[in-house]
Amino acid sequence: MTDPVLEFSGISKHFGAIHALDDIDLTLGRGEVIGLMGDNGAGKSTLVKIIAGNFQPSHGRIRLNGREIRFADSKDARDHGIEVVYQDLALCDNLTAADNVFLGREIRRRIGPLRVLDYRAMSRRATELFAELQSETRPGDVVRMMSGGQRQAVAIARTRLAESEIVLMDEPTAAISVRQVAQVLDLIRRLRDSGVTVVLISHRMPDVFTVADRLVVLRRGRKVADKPIGDSSPEEATGLITGAIETA
Amino acid sequence: MTQSIRPVEAEPESRFDAVQFLARYAAPLFLLLLVIVFAVLEPRFLHPLNILNVLRQVSISGLIAIGMTFVILTAGIDLSVGSLLALAGLVGAYVSKGGLADRFAIGAGEVTGNPVWMAAAAAIAIGLIGGAIQGAAITRLKVPPFVVTLGGLTAFRGAALLFSGGGPISGFEPDFSWWGQGRIGTVPVPVIIFFAAAIIAHLVLRYTAFGKHVYATGGNERAAALNGVPTRGIILGVYIISGFFCGLAGFLLAARLNSAEAVAGSGLELTVIAAVVIGGTSLFGGVGTILGTVIGALLIGVLTNGLVLLNVSSFIQQIVIGVILVAAVALDQYAAGRRAAR
Repeated sequence: MTDPVLEFSGISKHFGAIHALDDIDLTLGRGEVIGLMGDNGAGKSTLVKIIAGNFQPSHGRIRLNGREIRFADSKDARDHGIEVVYQDLALCDNLTAADNVFLGREIRRRIGPLRVLDYRAMSRRATELFAELQSETRPGDVVRMMSGGQRQAVAIARTRLAESEIVLMDEPTAAISVRQVAQVLDLIRRLRDSGVTVVLISHRMPDVFTVADRLVVLRRGRKVADKPIGDSSPEEATGLITGAIETA
Repeated sequence: MTQSIRPVEAEPESRFDAVQFLARYAAPLFLLLLVIVFAVLEPRFLHPLNILNVLRQVSISGLIAIGMTFVILTAGIDLSVGSLLALAGLVGAYVSKGGLADRFAIGAGEVTGNPVWMAAAAAIAIGLIGGAIQGAAITRLKVPPFVVTLGGLTAFRGAALLFSGGGPISGFEPDFSWWGQGRIGTVPVPVIIFFAAAIIAHLVLRYTAFGKHVYATGGNERAAALNGVPTRGIILGVYIISGFFCGLAGFLLAARLNSAEAVAGSGLELTVIAAVVIGGTSLFGGVGTILGTVIGALLIGVLTNGLVLLNVSSFIQQIVIGVILVAAVALDQYAAGRRAAR
């Protein structure tokens, strides 16, 4: 494995009597694509929310670049280089692509005592980001009018704004056309090639086996598999998810 | 494998679409049409004094409509504006008089009262507090804005009646009345305040992060929050802004009428919401402009004034405004449907 970016040891999360996650050890290496799989209720989203700072673990330790850390909230996690692409992309349809990319981190410039939005700078930077992602999305276009693939590009461009180290992607290919799936998988590869660690949460076997370097399977809050993708197979993954295979 | 992402849909409108054009510019076009029709039917309409009169009538509800635009942009609503205006106006009048002792004394000249700036500050403070209470109830208690401000509608009206003992407070010093009745050059003071406030509000919405966050919160509150927009603070903020304009308008109305009373602004919320919606702001949030609201307010003002000049019954005026309101939204929906179908 490459050098570790994020290390979980003994992470558990309880909601009252419900153990959503139980004693999870997980290490994310730099520039790695991890396919995170599991059935509904297996604990994927809880794990993602802990990585993203939405939840604090009940037990266990998190180390980021070797230093123990605790995220106060999602903003704190984002400030530490952890970005999330949500399943529904969390875009504001009424705003432009550039507005969405910079939402919550707008570039402002001073005019006397005032700080006003610097549309030109944001548009310029958004254009660069879309070019990097080889997307033809235009910064001034309103998101409402965009195709699924363009919307993905906006959500992913947002993660490139800061020097992010880890990008969590929640079911990025669940609701888009086959052609757009290929484009999103391309985007994931480009992120990895630029040294970003990608955690891909997906139900879709072909996507995970196409793009991931490593497979992690959760079942009922426990980690039941963590191995290089080449040592596994879609059949084995299915068995691990359903419980037909205990662990691997 | 470096295939680029191409837009799947066709490029947006390259050819002229009459429906889209009409939907987008319906309010200004209709305003222009009204002005032409009234000018032809009734020459007095275009007289500068009448135009200034229309503007002065529009300015009070227009100020509140500016605040309402912020609220509706977040997909909220503020039904309490008329009541809060009344309460704020009374408190301002009370401060100006230095109490209720000589509430009817007209231009008594005795310096028992307080300076006008204190009266204005008191009225605005009441507006800010009223807005903050409602904003807090919406964001903290998770009660829908419609319900909270419906409560505010009755509670502030009750508070105004209680505070005033049912009667008006009237007869102010000239420096107080000037704010409602005075002119700078030929332009009434409230009109200047209205347009100044509209320009500032426009700049805030367009050029500040706060403004962008208002649109984002109205467009998709959850997404905005996930991206670090402090949505609760934004929502609290827009109700405080609405309250601010209620306080300011309450003060200006008291100054214009030379009287503050607990029944001032009854039913004003409906006129104001109509102006905002006719001006193209979506009740679902996220879409709308201050310019649209100004046009919506002018449209209602011109319509009312023109019909009065033509001796049309005020009952018919209400019917006309109601029909225009529904037609404006229907046109918007129709245009949106066509956009989506493309």
